[in-house]
Amino acid sequence: MIEMALFFAASCYGVALILDLWRIAQGPSAADRILALDTMVINVIALLVLYGIWRGTAIYFEAAMLIAMVGFVSTVAYCRYLLRGNIIE
Amino acid sequence: MNDQGHFLFLISLLPFLGAVIPGIMIRAGRNACASFTAVPTVLALILLMILAPDVLRGEVITAEVMWLPQLGLSVSFFLDGLGLMFAAMILGVGLLITLYARFYLSGDDPMGQFYTYLLMFQGAMLGIVISDNILLLLIFWELTSLSSFLLIGYWKHLPEGRQGARMALAVTGAGGLAMIGGMLILGHVAGSYKLTDILQAGEAIRASEWYLPALILILLGAFTKSAQFPFHFWLPHAMAAPTPVSAYLHSATMVKAGVFLMARMWPVLAGTDAWFYIVATTGLVTMVLGALIALFKDDLKALLAFSTVSHLGLLTMLLGFGTEAAAVAAVFHILNHLTFKAALFMTVGIVDHETHTRDISRLGGLRHLMPITFAIGTIAALSMAGIPLLNGFLSKEMMLEEASHTYWAGSTWAVPVLATLGALLSVAYSFRFIGHVFLGPVRDDYPHKPHDPPMGLWAAPALLTVLVVVIGVAPFLAEGIVTAAANAVTGADLHPHLKIWHGATPALWMSIIAVLGGGALLGLHKPFLSAWEAAPRPEAKAIFDRLLAAIIALSRGITEIAHNGAISRYLAVFVVTSVALGWIAYSGSALSAPTRGLLPVPAVIGIGWLMLIVASVAVVILHRDRFTSLVLIGIIGLTISAGFAYLSAPDLALTQISVETVTIMLLLLALHFLPKTTPVESSVLRRVRDGVIAVVAGGGVGALAYAFMLRDISTISQFHLDNSYEGGGGTNVVNVILVDFRGYDTYGEIIVLGIAGMVIYALVQTLLAGPVARKLRGGGAMSEVLREGLAVTHLSRDRHPLMMVVVTRVLMPIAIVVGAYIFLRGHNEPGGGFVAGLVVAIALLMQYMASGFAWTQARKRIEYHTLIGFGVIIAGLTGAGAWLSGTPFLTSAYTYVHLPPIEEFELATAMLFDLGVFLTVLGAVMLMLYSLSRIARHAGETVNVEAMDYDPADRVTERGAET
Repeated sequence: MIEMALFFAASCYGVALILDLWRIAQGPSAADRILALDTMVINVIALLVLYGIWRGTAIYFEAAMLIAMVGFVSTVAYCRYLLRGNIIE
Repeated sequence: MNDQGHFLFLISLLPFLGAVIPGIMIRAGRNACASFTAVPTVLALILLMILAPDVLRGEVITAEVMWLPQLGLSVSFFLDGLGLMFAAMILGVGLLITLYARFYLSGDDPMGQFYTYLLMFQGAMLGIVISDNILLLLIFWELTSLSSFLLIGYWKHLPEGRQGARMALAVTGAGGLAMIGGMLILGHVAGSYKLTDILQAGEAIRASEWYLPALILILLGAFTKSAQFPFHFWLPHAMAAPTPVSAYLHSATMVKAGVFLMARMWPVLAGTDAWFYIVATTGLVTMVLGALIALFKDDLKALLAFSTVSHLGLLTMLLGFGTEAAAVAAVFHILNHLTFKAALFMTVGIVDHETHTRDISRLGGLRHLMPITFAIGTIAALSMAGIPLLNGFLSKEMMLEEASHTYWAGSTWAVPVLATLGALLSVAYSFRFIGHVFLGPVRDDYPHKPHDPPMGLWAAPALLTVLVVVIGVAPFLAEGIVTAAANAVTGADLHPHLKIWHGATPALWMSIIAVLGGGALLGLHKPFLSAWEAAPRPEAKAIFDRLLAAIIALSRGITEIAHNGAISRYLAVFVVTSVALGWIAYSGSALSAPTRGLLPVPAVIGIGWLMLIVASVAVVILHRDRFTSLVLIGIIGLTISAGFAYLSAPDLALTQISVETVTIMLLLLALHFLPKTTPVESSVLRRVRDGVIAVVAGGGVGALAYAFMLRDISTISQFHLDNSYEGGGGTNVVNVILVDFRGYDTYGEIIVLGIAGMVIYALVQTLLAGPVARKLRGGGAMSEVLREGLAVTHLSRDRHPLMMVVVTRVLMPIAIVVGAYIFLRGHNEPGGGFVAGLVVAIALLMQYMASGFAWTQARKRIEYHTLIGFGVIIAGLTGAGAWLSGTPFLTSAYTYVHLPPIEEFELATAMLFDLGVFLTVLGAVMLMLYSLSRIARHAGETVNVEAMDYDPADRVTERGAET
């Protein structure tokens, strides 16, 4: 049962990744791309957690946590650049 | 090694150790400086004198310490008769020069520097004459070229000095290069680089087919150093040096190095036709030509320079004869030439010092004004002319005797006649030196009224002149050292008798002809001079300059092609070469059959693969829009991190995502100052070419990885897995590799990282202190471009948004705790100092982003430089701590500690080392980003002191104040 649930969830996130990729390629604005990249980070985090559940180990959870913690920083940096031109004022 | 060997080591070291002293002692005054310069020389001389009796008895003193035995390179010295004579000359004259220079150099000259160079040179020269290893000898040989460059160019403000120094370095350096080749051949043929072994292998070397190339290469080195025709031209130009340097280098020591080498190699190389015709002919031509030019030089130092060239030719010729008697004459003349020529140089220095000119045409009649100088100069010059009862006569007589029975290509008269002509010219310029400087009427138009100098200046040449007379009258006094040196040169057991009267030999008649003819020639100097001036002569310096310009143009042309500053070209060359080498390796050996099959690809992984491909292709297509390509790079970084995690490398995943984040921030910071698009700069054809190279290289790497993954190969991984816990005390192999197996690498890497951080800081610092800072602040032509770059439409007026400030502030302690956690468990679970450093750096960077540079900077307690320094020190001390337990650098130690109420935990030295890594990474990353963001402030951005632009707390208090 859990196998199937994991498979279903992973497929959904996989599709989400493709859609993100489409949005990044398509744009049209830079904000769209940043947002899509951020969503992509979240999807990858989710996939890592799913993989960890499947393998039954906590290591992937930690990797996911770290990506969650630093992943948003680059999003913030992209946005600051877009809004203010410089990320450290 | 016995005491004598130790003494020999000390002798070779003393000048180098002493070289630092003058630079320091100059603060105590010029007398103190000169005295302390003399100390190492005196000490070395005393040690040499202790060794001298044994050497004179025929013993050879040796000392050896292995240095790089794999290369045949050992620090080995030996002292035989020849070495003793040269060492005594070098140290003795060095001492006299120290005294002379003290009084010669003016108050404006940096004397400490001079003495330091002098001692360095002395050490190098001494090394040449006592080296027992030809590789070591080569090192000292090059050192003399370098230190003489510094000495010749000592008066940096004079263009002649600089040019002369450069010319001397170019010529002797090129010769040295040739000599390296010759020496290597010699060592190869003899099977040893030890000089004492090579000297025994003379037969084998002369019989070898490599004999001629080795001979020519070694002679190139010797001829350039000893200013033999056609390389003689650098010596006169080196006369731009201060006179003490000329007296030391260009009469006694450096130019004799070539002669010394020929004498040293005499048992090995001499005795063949090739040796005779190359060496003797070159010497003969140099002798006559040098003397001829000397006769027409008006500059006293140029006269002496060409006279030195001539005498070096004489020595070369004698060694070239290849007979034992000629070798004795050569050794004796080396000694005699030293005494009179050094005295003459110093005399010229005195004349120059007192009259402020060394132009012969402006001098004359000095004998009444400077009687002491006159006496010294005259005796030395007469010795140079070869007048009886002075030492120059004795060796010149021996030379003529040898020349009188030397056949050259079947001709019985060529050598004797030319040798007599050389002697005749030598007499003429010596007489001219006396006649035109000291004799004649007293003039009243000297640039400066001359009188005898203080004793300090004439003491040294006077002492040498005493030697000239003593050896000249009682030559048997020099017999001991000449015998020892000659035996060392020839390898035979000779007992030469040096005496004044040989009977009415041909040499005597040749001598008489030379003296009379020389006198007559001087009488006819005026008409000869005008004929000489009218005759066309090649100007050596012009030829040399043109040759050098051509060589520089050639090498510049090659450099422009291969090394033109465009990184794309370097990369192209490097990548194409790598691909070609890979292809050669691949096509050269057959690939074994694959031992593994392909694994199934899960759909989600396929999506990741697709993401990588799409993003990579998209970066190539969209790379001109720099911001978009940064976003695309973000995809690649993310996918690779996830890939690492999936492929069981959680450590790498953590590191990758942290590095990715920091990199993006760094690039965004830099992009602030850069154009937002990349202009099209290269042609379509070129882009296609680059594309092909890129595809081939990428395909090659892909194919290589594919081929590897299909095969089982033995790797070092198993060793790491087996030994990680036992040896390093950790279960996380990656971390143990970093801090233990390859701890040395890591240690080096964090140092490099620290240096990189410092360099970026230093570059920005210089940038902001220079003209760029003014341009950044406005004004100047560049500011327009920059302003355009900086002029961004601010989509948001909120510089420091409340949301972000609050979130980062809350996240800060969490991130720090995560960092500490990752750091602490790193040894056994994924993590470690590197990742922890990056995580903490990101936490700090968030504060910079949220509340601005100035606000954060004001709250920073520790400088980032300090962090780097402490990191490296902690790592280094941890490594060194292993020595306490008698184990090698960076050996890990670990133990388990049980402190209730917490669980039992491990303490490992590796953790301390990791702390060093952590601090260095944190410091370096922060310093780099900090440096870049500093530039923005100089571009005129305002500074905020509050954490955020709109603080709701203020509005609350304001409202409170209103009500």
